[in-house]
Amino acid sequence: MEWFDLTVVTGSLPEFWRGLWMTLHLTGIALIVGFAFAVPLSIARVSKNPWVSAPVRAYTYFFRGTPMLVQLLLVYYGIGQSEWMQQMWETGNPFWLLFRDAYFCALLAFSLNTCAYQLEMFAGAIRNTPNGEVEAAKAMGMTRSTALRRIILPSALRRALPPFSNEVILMLQGSAIASAVTLVDLTGAARNVYSRHYAPFEAFIFAGLLYLVVTFVLVGLFRVAENRWLAHLQPRRSASSAKKD
Amino acid sequence: MDALIEYSPSLLAGAWVTLKVAILSLILAVCTGLLGAACKLSRLAPLRWWTALYTTVVRGVPDLVMMLLVFYGGQVLINQFSDYLEWEMIELNAFAAGVLTIGFIFGAYFTETFRGAFQAVPAGQMEAGRAYGMSGWQAFWRVLFPQMLRYALPGMGNNWLVLLKSTAIVSMIGLSDMTWLADQAGRSTHQPFTFYLAVCVLYLAMTSVSNAVLQRLERRYNVGVREANV
Amino acid sequence: MTNTASKELLRIENLYKQYGDNEVLKGVSLKANSGDVISIIGSSGSGKSTWLRCINFLEQPTSGKIIVAGEEVKLLPGTRDALKVADQKQLQKIRTRLSMVFQHFNLWGHMTVLENVIEAPIHVLGLSKKEAMARAERYLERVGVWRFRDTYPAHLSGGQQQRVAIARALAMEPEALLFDEPTSALDPELVGEVLKVMRSIAEEGRTMLVVTHEMGFAREVSNHVIFVHQGRVEEEGNPREVLTKPASERLQQFLSGNLK
Repeated sequence: MEWFDLTVVTGSLPEFWRGLWMTLHLTGIALIVGFAFAVPLSIARVSKNPWVSAPVRAYTYFFRGTPMLVQLLLVYYGIGQSEWMQQMWETGNPFWLLFRDAYFCALLAFSLNTCAYQLEMFAGAIRNTPNGEVEAAKAMGMTRSTALRRIILPSALRRALPPFSNEVILMLQGSAIASAVTLVDLTGAARNVYSRHYAPFEAFIFAGLLYLVVTFVLVGLFRVAENRWLAHLQPRRSASSAKKD
Repeated sequence: MDALIEYSPSLLAGAWVTLKVAILSLILAVCTGLLGAACKLSRLAPLRWWTALYTTVVRGVPDLVMMLLVFYGGQVLINQFSDYLEWEMIELNAFAAGVLTIGFIFGAYFTETFRGAFQAVPAGQMEAGRAYGMSGWQAFWRVLFPQMLRYALPGMGNNWLVLLKSTAIVSMIGLSDMTWLADQAGRSTHQPFTFYLAVCVLYLAMTSVSNAVLQRLERRYNVGVREANV
Repeated sequence: MTNTASKELLRIENLYKQYGDNEVLKGVSLKANSGDVISIIGSSGSGKSTWLRCINFLEQPTSGKIIVAGEEVKLLPGTRDALKVADQKQLQKIRTRLSMVFQHFNLWGHMTVLENVIEAPIHVLGLSKKEAMARAERYLERVGVWRFRDTYPAHLSGGQQQRVAIARALAMEPEALLFDEPTSALDPELVGEVLKVMRSIAEEGRTMLVVTHEMGFAREVSNHVIFVHQGRVEEEGNPREVLTKPASERLQQFLSGNLK
């Protein structure tokens, strides 16, 4: 009984690297795009004006209440259902043709998904900003936008770092579904190796190990980030107490 | 729209499959989680380390990869065992693979939830139980466990919602859950958008009902014991 | 000491504030000239903090006039309980001329002491970083916390934090300083260091409005004391007279600790 044939792995290393690379840039770009939209949307989300906050709430309700896989399928297969889109494709316009591209659709679906989760966690952090700090900003004559830019957002984004790091790792794991739309990410590469050699253990355990390594690296990076940006919330560690005058 | 109505019986059958997978996985995950929490809080270091390894691996590997490993790898294992024992070919069915994988994965999340909840119960509670003559087991079941559940409820609720959504990946190993059925229906009617949207609505319905039930449960058990936001 | 004729810096006329059926301020007025140190005393719920917070519009008055250095704040009718500020820019400018020190310090937690002090001078007053740093150094030295300039507020004691807050207020170089119960949230042994700083600022000739429970400060440092009871000015005058020989019965009761 052949337990583990290492040559299956070593023979397919280039394929695994290519898959890993796709996983990394797909996840990375989705996270960055999601972040870029999540910050302004989170401000809209906490707005007292229902015309502004309600659409954002509807957006997060949908994207956090349904599986990312279904969102991906909806974007990739679903968009093509519309006759209007089919006509756009006939024209050969490169912009519309993007929506037929699996990578673009995956990026779009992942970005929409992570943006919804990120914006809710930022909105929560904004709401939890100590009220006194906001009053002090007002009392010093800051306009609402200055206070938002200099006081509320820097404070909120720092406090959102732990749940944000969690979201990054969840997106990394979640990106594995990209193989559902024929993208050859790390999981897709593993599936190909499996079907070529009928070697499920070698293929999937090796892929799993690669995902684990990337996760560890990310966790380490975030710990460094937390030490830097959440220093103001940590208990004082030095021997001489500053509290004595 | 007519296509939707025509296919609604099978979509609902798919939804039922989704629910079955989710609930059975939940039961497996809760049992595993209780066991895991006990191990993590144990005095025996090896138990703690193995459990830590378990939770780390689960957090670091995608659900889909695990499921493919269990499904395809499991089939290989079963084949080899049944060859060895000269049984007839047993097929690992996708349903079992799905439930086993998701239950195993979420067992790790429940381990963390229960561990935190056990530790949140003030130590004096058990002491008081013993002081009044309860045996160790009595004190555990009558004092510690019920209170632990109160603390665990928010985390359990969150885990359930994530679990429910993650069941969609069983469609990728061919299980006829509602995502898979929507896929099939979409292809044959050339209306994928309609069917995927319908599946979204069904998921939203499930999560909304879950949220409502959880809120009532929390109110009933007087929870509100979440992590403090300083 | 000062060669400017005592000019009127702050005038409040007939300030009313209600929340629904609850009338918190029932027509209070005050006048502060340059160099005045006015203490506002009264029991909890008397409306004294609300009065102060109306001056820089952290609360919106129901009616009344607020005049800062001769400039009246333009107000429009808003809801039943609250007037609306007509000109946001005017409000901003006025707020920069009236720095506030809060009961709970309200330092910005994610910034160091130094960053807290230079923040508003740079981003509201438009000073260059060099100018703001010069001011920060001057005032942080003045209150005795310059050595904590790179520390985060959470790592300081309450007394140290409040002194930083005072430096932050001074760095705006306001016309008047508003103090909202500055020592009420401090442990007793830390109160003294803050009062000492406040006293030295008063002796410099700054105009200060202080809502406080510290009778010693009111008697010895301020040149005018106002006793507020249930939203009205019950008695006011020179602290050495008013606090040692109170005319109104309620003030007598308050000083002897009976009024809660």
